[in-house]
Amino acid sequence: MKKYILDLTVVENTSPHPRYVLIKLTQEEPLPAMAPGQFAEIRIDGSKNTFLRRPISINYIDKEKNEIWFLVAKVGEGTQALAKVVPGDTVNAVLPLGNGFTMPTDPAQKVLLVGGGVGTAPLLYFGKCIKEMGGEPTFLLGGRSAGDLLELDMFKALGPVYTTTEDGTMGEKGFVTQHSILNKVRFDRISTCGPKPMMVSVARYAKANGIDCEVSLENKMACGVGACLCCVEGTKEGHKCVCKDGPVFNINDLLWQI
Amino acid sequence: MADLSVKIGSLELKNSVMTASGTFGYGVEFEDFVNLEEIGGIIVKGTTLNHREGNAYPRMVETPSGMLNCVGLQNKGVDYFCNHIYPTIKDIKTNMIVNVSGSTVEDYVATAERINELENIPAIELNISCPNVKSGGMAFGVTCEGASEVVKAVRKAYNKTLIVKLSPNVTDIASIAKAVEAEGADSVSLINTLMGMVIDIEKRTPMLSINTGGMSGPAVRPVAVRMVWQVAKAVNIPVVGLGGIMNAHDAIEFFMAGASAIEIGTANFIDPAITVKVKNGINEWLDAHGCKSLSEIVGALKDY
Repeated sequence: MKKYILDLTVVENTSPHPRYVLIKLTQEEPLPAMAPGQFAEIRIDGSKNTFLRRPISINYIDKEKNEIWFLVAKVGEGTQALAKVVPGDTVNAVLPLGNGFTMPTDPAQKVLLVGGGVGTAPLLYFGKCIKEMGGEPTFLLGGRSAGDLLELDMFKALGPVYTTTEDGTMGEKGFVTQHSILNKVRFDRISTCGPKPMMVSVARYAKANGIDCEVSLENKMACGVGACLCCVEGTKEGHKCVCKDGPVFNINDLLWQI
Repeated sequence: MADLSVKIGSLELKNSVMTASGTFGYGVEFEDFVNLEEIGGIIVKGTTLNHREGNAYPRMVETPSGMLNCVGLQNKGVDYFCNHIYPTIKDIKTNMIVNVSGSTVEDYVATAERINELENIPAIELNISCPNVKSGGMAFGVTCEGASEVVKAVRKAYNKTLIVKLSPNVTDIASIAKAVEAEGADSVSLINTLMGMVIDIEKRTPMLSINTGGMSGPAVRPVAVRMVWQVAKAVNIPVVGLGGIMNAHDAIEFFMAGASAIEIGTANFIDPAITVKVKNGINEWLDAHGCKSLSEIVGALKDY
């Protein structure tokens, strides 16, 4: 997929959560084609000590409005500076980068998308793409508390949504891998994005049950295009770049102890 | 439009802007962003005799106006390069230059010999300055004797343009430049990264898997300009300057300090189209200052 350097315009910046912002961007030209699970490297302007772009996954593409959405966790100085943009500001993004999630080969395939925290972000666009091809994705989303589960109405419009919270304020109490749906439905594939311990648990469940599973990684990166070799993950074929060869990997290719 | 061309040994650059090894992949990673033919030279990823997995993750940490990396020369080895990568880049219409690294003199020589056979690789950049590999690279680059030994041996085995990349992690970089000039280097490039360290104070651990890493980015630029200035005064071969160049202004500092050509490294991560912008910016500056040729400003620094 051809990559671009784009000056996008901020349409809206809302804060659905104290730690996250949802930034919607557009441009006059139609946005380029992007696959679910791909990401953008966003330049951070006006941040004193940061320097590198920040890799942010594509949360959603609204084709009618020609908008691209990014759900940004305010982690450090860079993302905190990015979180301050206001409508009309320009945000420079290099996109689309990396390889996305595996699309179902058949709409009847039962695909489970498991997200935790800000890792739910790319699953929204993935779910939309599955629905557009006639499939129905199932979502299993986890957070510490009810307020941590974002964009639920958007997810619900695409397919069944199951939730877990650690404090029991929404859905089943506990972690995503403890949810009862996993005992009731046999899924053909699981795609997951979230904190690494969560993804490891999901991978373990998938492996134990013989379900094909892919995970989306977020190793620290610099270039975003496979040039600097900083963001590597150990795989059965040696070190691979999360930015170029990933960020989505099949668990069978990784060296995780699962 | 001023004349930006330069000759380094037998290497003819249509313009003096190159890319720094390890920051531009094999060029093809950037072809969506820039017309590669507009770049004077592309110095591809460090290549060693044998396959290297490089260091463990994490390999990168951001620093104020810069970054540290400890990639550790991950590459698939020179045979893989010759058989699988070279065919995909040999027809790019610019100078494709291979950065050669090693752990022993024999490794350097064997790698350079293989690259010497490749018709469309007109030069190598000999990396005697990688700070991220044990018993290798920088071990040669930090003493005059070590630098002389490896350059002497490679010079015998390699008959095209030989650029030697110098380490800034030394007391007197000019003496090392003179030592490699004496052994037949056609040019020196500098600086490689400066060794640095960042600590996670909560975990009480280094932020990088091998503790230290090489620092690059605009934070190192004044050090690089100073070293280029010192080296350019000390040697008679062309100097290639690099270290934190982000725009044409920065590049012109290097030219005035005595560099005949420059390399752009870390800036490629911030703006993947930066190379051509810097080239165009140099041209505009020269035009605005009535210079017909870049050579008019090389080493044109006046005493304060």
